[in-house]
Amino acid sequence: MKHSISKWVLPAYGALALLILMIPIGYTFVYSFNDSLKSNITWRGFTFDKWLNVCNVQNGAVCEAFGNSIFIGVVATVLATTLGTMIAIAMVRYRFKFRSQLSLFLFLPMATPEVVLGAGLAAQFLSIGVPKDMLTIILAHTMFCISFVVVAVKARVASLDPALEEAGRDLYGSALQVFLRITFPLLLPGILAAALLSFALSFDDFIITNFNSGAVSTFPKYIWVSAARGIPAEANVLASAVFILALIVVVTVQVSGAARAKRLEKLHQAGVN
Amino acid sequence: MAFAAFSTTAAPSSSDSIKKKSPVALLLLLPGILYLVLFFLAPLVSLLLTSFKVPAEFGDIGEFSYAFRWENYTDVISAYWPHILRSFGYAITATFFALIISYPLAYFIGVKARRWPLLQSLALVMVVAPFFISFLLRTLAWKQIFSDESFLVTSLKAMSLLAPDAHVTGTAFSVIFGLTYNFIPFMTLPLYTTLERLDVRYLEAGSDLYASPFHVFRKVTIPLSMPGIVAGTLLTFIPAAGDYINASREFLGGTGTQMMGNVIEANFLVLQNFPAGAALSIILMSAILVMVSIYVKKSGTEDLL
Repeated sequence: MKHSISKWVLPAYGALALLILMIPIGYTFVYSFNDSLKSNITWRGFTFDKWLNVCNVQNGAVCEAFGNSIFIGVVATVLATTLGTMIAIAMVRYRFKFRSQLSLFLFLPMATPEVVLGAGLAAQFLSIGVPKDMLTIILAHTMFCISFVVVAVKARVASLDPALEEAGRDLYGSALQVFLRITFPLLLPGILAAALLSFALSFDDFIITNFNSGAVSTFPKYIWVSAARGIPAEANVLASAVFILALIVVVTVQVSGAARAKRLEKLHQAGVN
Repeated sequence: MAFAAFSTTAAPSSSDSIKKKSPVALLLLLPGILYLVLFFLAPLVSLLLTSFKVPAEFGDIGEFSYAFRWENYTDVISAYWPHILRSFGYAITATFFALIISYPLAYFIGVKARRWPLLQSLALVMVVAPFFISFLLRTLAWKQIFSDESFLVTSLKAMSLLAPDAHVTGTAFSVIFGLTYNFIPFMTLPLYTTLERLDVRYLEAGSDLYASPFHVFRKVTIPLSMPGIVAGTLLTFIPAAGDYINASREFLGGTGTQMMGNVIEANFLVLQNFPAGAALSIILMSAILVMVSIYVKKSGTEDLL
């Protein structure tokens, strides 16, 4: 008897924890359909209106902030993914002095609280007299994304079979050809995962942005500023739309990954037989 | 996508033999390293320099000149010691609760759900799902769920489980709750990645040798999942100690719950007292570095970093 109860404790506990994790997501989604006025606190009835006219509120301030966040996210992701991938390749493939010191140095930005990173950059921009605007946000976001890109891509480079590149060189491929035709395509899934992670980090960042944005608004900053006087339901609409999109991407990646693993397994079995 | 950053460990060292020395390495490393020197290292130095600055003699508010006024540090400590203590108190409490909540969850996903891969992936997607919705909005959702007029609070008061004049938001409870909630995924993912690789035959061996389930858990499961515990607690504690969203008045906090992040933000962005904000940042970072290195030493997982 005791045994059958204890068998259910863990699954029930896990389910409860997952349910609590979902509550704010459900809340945000449900309130995106609220027929609210200026602030979106009490339930006033169901409407699709906010989804259909997202940009109508406050002369499109929400959408402008949202657009800025996407622009900053894309530019910072391209910069951070390029710089981070180069570091990751060098760290796995080449021997050089001060390797372990470099690993520690790359780890540090991830271990520093965001408020310190933000304040540090603000102090630096202040002392060299750089005005805070879109550029300073992009510079800041690129900085904190690089380390995450290095970690994510490094694993992919390490799992790459060097014999494939050797084969390319044996067949008289130039260094550039080997990189473009063999190395890069094989690394691409890892690079894409790193880019997605870095975009997500940049898109949702508030703390570092708040210190270095001046008058520029981003989506999280818009929510922060409007929190005092009430956040319009349109913000919930945009956040829910991003959530659904991200969910689709993750599920697609998972499903296609599983399908590819199955296909490889089949190929392997065919080869063995 | 977020799994990738947490789950991957260092590259296997078996490939060392094929590593070669080449000027190409320098070319690949230089741009990124230079970028981090300019926008990570230099800002920390400039934070340190700013923390010793004094107000400019004939300047406006917010104008400071270089000096070596170490009293800036004693000033901010005497002015903000409650915030400093609160930051670490809240962060440690939230880390503790996140571990208590996440460990059984991660154990369920990583060990018990192994037989059902679909359930496992679904649960994992649910763990990372909060990352896909704005941090600020999900914190505000809790604020509204805990607000005085909310269904939850009014029903608790109707059942006399809460005093009629009590508030939930603006208290230490709601700030710690928010911190715990927001960092649960950071705790669960590294725990999951170590527990997923846990060989259950060790647990069976333990119980075959007549160890009680509790004993097996303490002597086998916990030591084997130590890397995940250390990674998870660090990924929770460091951002929680520096967070100022949960503790801010517009979110889950009140005047009596302000943390170091709140006063750093106020000194930088409102009061324009940059030296005070910088000194507080340096104190926060050094305190975290000291605590983390002691913790990593004590838990015997130095080689993880």
